[in-house]
Amino acid sequence: MERFYYDNKIVKYFGYATMLWGVVGMLAGLYAAIQIYAPGTSMNFAPTTFGRVRPVHTNAVIFAFVGNCIFTGVYYSLQRLCKTRMYSDKLSWIHFWGWQLIIVAAAITLFLGYTTGKEYAELEWPIDIAITLIWVVFGINIFGTLIKRREKHIYVAIWFYIATWVTVAMLHIVNSFEIPVSFLKSYSWYAGVQDALVQWWYGHNAVAFFLTTPILGLMYYFLPKAANRPVYSYRLSIIHFWALIFIYIWAGPHHLLYTALPDWAQSLGTVFSVMLIAPSWGGMLNGLFTLRGAWDKVREDPVLKFFVVAVTCYGMSTFEGPMMSLKNVNAIAHFSDWVIAHVHIGGLGWNGFMAFGMLYYLVPRLWGTSLYSKKLATNHFWLGTIGIVVYAIPMYWSGFTQAQMWKTFTEEGQLKFQFLETVTHIIPMYITRSIGGALYLTGAIMMVYNLAKTIKKGSFIANEAAEAAPLVKEKSAVREYWHRVIERKPMTMLVVSLIVVAIGGILELVPTFLVKSNVPTISSVKPYTPLELQGRDIYIREGCYTCHSQMIRPFRDEVKRYGEYSKAGEFVYDHPFQWGSKRTGPDLARVGGKYPHSWHYNHMLDPQSMSPGSVMPAYPWLLDNKIDTASTPAKIRAMQKLGVPYPEGYDQEANKDLMQQASQIAAGLKLDKISTPKDAEIVALIAYLQRLGTDIKAEPKDQSAKN
Amino acid sequence: MKFIHYLEKITGVSIFPLTSFVIFSLFFLVMLIWILKADKNRLKEISRLPLD
Repeated sequence: MERFYYDNKIVKYFGYATMLWGVVGMLAGLYAAIQIYAPGTSMNFAPTTFGRVRPVHTNAVIFAFVGNCIFTGVYYSLQRLCKTRMYSDKLSWIHFWGWQLIIVAAAITLFLGYTTGKEYAELEWPIDIAITLIWVVFGINIFGTLIKRREKHIYVAIWFYIATWVTVAMLHIVNSFEIPVSFLKSYSWYAGVQDALVQWWYGHNAVAFFLTTPILGLMYYFLPKAANRPVYSYRLSIIHFWALIFIYIWAGPHHLLYTALPDWAQSLGTVFSVMLIAPSWGGMLNGLFTLRGAWDKVREDPVLKFFVVAVTCYGMSTFEGPMMSLKNVNAIAHFSDWVIAHVHIGGLGWNGFMAFGMLYYLVPRLWGTSLYSKKLATNHFWLGTIGIVVYAIPMYWSGFTQAQMWKTFTEEGQLKFQFLETVTHIIPMYITRSIGGALYLTGAIMMVYNLAKTIKKGSFIANEAAEAAPLVKEKSAVREYWHRVIERKPMTMLVVSLIVVAIGGILELVPTFLVKSNVPTISSVKPYTPLELQGRDIYIREGCYTCHSQMIRPFRDEVKRYGEYSKAGEFVYDHPFQWGSKRTGPDLARVGGKYPHSWHYNHMLDPQSMSPGSVMPAYPWLLDNKIDTASTPAKIRAMQKLGVPYPEGYDQEANKDLMQQASQIAAGLKLDKISTPKDAEIVALIAYLQRLGTDIKAEPKDQSAKN
Repeated sequence: MKFIHYLEKITGVSIFPLTSFVIFSLFFLVMLIWILKADKNRLKEISRLPLD
């Protein structure tokens, strides 16, 4: 027998980070939720507007809160499942501090408006590189630990960790291809439809491989631990694992149903999404059945209470997800609050409650004591559960209501409701939702207090002693099954998982990139002018895409409300695409020419003056800030590298054209008695908004018939 | 640098999706066969790993 020590200190630090970022991320979420019905709370200050707070919220809860929760659980369980200390303490600490620095850098840059404009991948290229490096450090540490393990078999939880590591690496790298323009500005390598496909391949699999598979790994470790009995069926867990990673990777296009994405890709996404029910529910049942004959414990133990609700929420959202990828259901769910309800069942229920349960389990054990107050933990459980319900029900309600209102016609065949009416109608739902979120956050703060008290009465066991026999190399006389070979060799496992996920990724992405007929070109679609390009970057900086879509689906009501439905060929110069995923405000795909320049000017200064009752925040700084014309040449060159056909040497002439167009817009505003410096940011933004969706109108009629 | 239209130049490109579909189906078949044939006691032993 060998004697060795588990490293608990790293687990402690990741646990602290989980609690800290959890509270911070939820606070940002609550603030964003309040802004939706009280736009004045943005305080007319750029960093605190919804468009910037929302990415801070999503990034904080996904990568900071759940990220640190994953690392807490992995660093605790991996050592114990491998019967060894982590491979390198130094790597553990580089991982910890590196990740926290990335989080801080992310928060600062997002507040300052540095963003790539791609949901859940908003961070700019230097941070993307830092993430890659730290992720590699994490990987070396995992595989080093696996290599020096004292346990022959690799338990299923570790498979989930391996699949997580390799897939997140692949997703992050593929989706982050971007051309740097300056230190904190870049353009996505891909454009329009292709960018959308890569982004949602990434986006959906970030849900799959960051919010699901690692947490399932934690479930397979901590649930049996807390219930003190092995998992219901190990066979089922193997099927769960392989089926889940194989099928998940294909499901991304269900975020793009009815868009300009080629039809075959949409159908592919739907089919695989529906298939996903099987492994997901297999996993959920495996978790719940583990508690068979132990339900009396659930009544006593807050840890199990949290786990049971978490696994149930996993089952609910993985049933709901496939339903939402059916096209007829998606027609209602997409762009509405239904999606918000869906992700919060997953986020608050599955991720949040797994994290809480795990922390309640770990802290007393790491500090060699018992929980300070079981009653307080039970109260947290109920408060959190009620919080989820009070959050989700109003969002389902408002999602259905608004989608129905959007689609309602009068007998005369006119749209019955103005867009704004559909928003003001659901404001009570938004208020209720924020109450639900506040309850949930209160619960989380109660947990922090409870755990702080627990920590105070215990004494921390930094190095936990353990004993195990070293692993002897055995030679089997009989031929082994292939899976036993794989399951003992972490590297083989890594490669097999990579192949499995890469097949799905390649098949889904490659054809859209390479087959010409998938993106029919439209001859009248031209590159943006330099001024429009600068305006577009302001649009991206302010996070307009968090509330406005640029994608008109081929529905009667949308065509009536917004104009001709969007075509794939219209987005070929959009690096990045800005289709959006939620319509808190109306679609902007064809807003060009709809209003005079002065309307946009006044609307940005004071949205409520132009549309009374609007929930849009004001953007007064756009009227004062100057356009960063120094960046124009670099931006043009970057676009040329990406294949946008600006003439040779145009980078040097671009600013001349920019100023000319700006003068025209300033002169136009003058006619409406608005005087503005022609180099104000508002001028660029107006130029961009007035361009949106207008190219296609210049197209000769016979040509559109051919397309 | 442009990321478009390369696939058209590849001859016999239709074999790719077919191959992938076969790999996909075989993968599940082999997994199921293995699972059905796997030794029960061994699985029991592995599933107790977190508890020991």
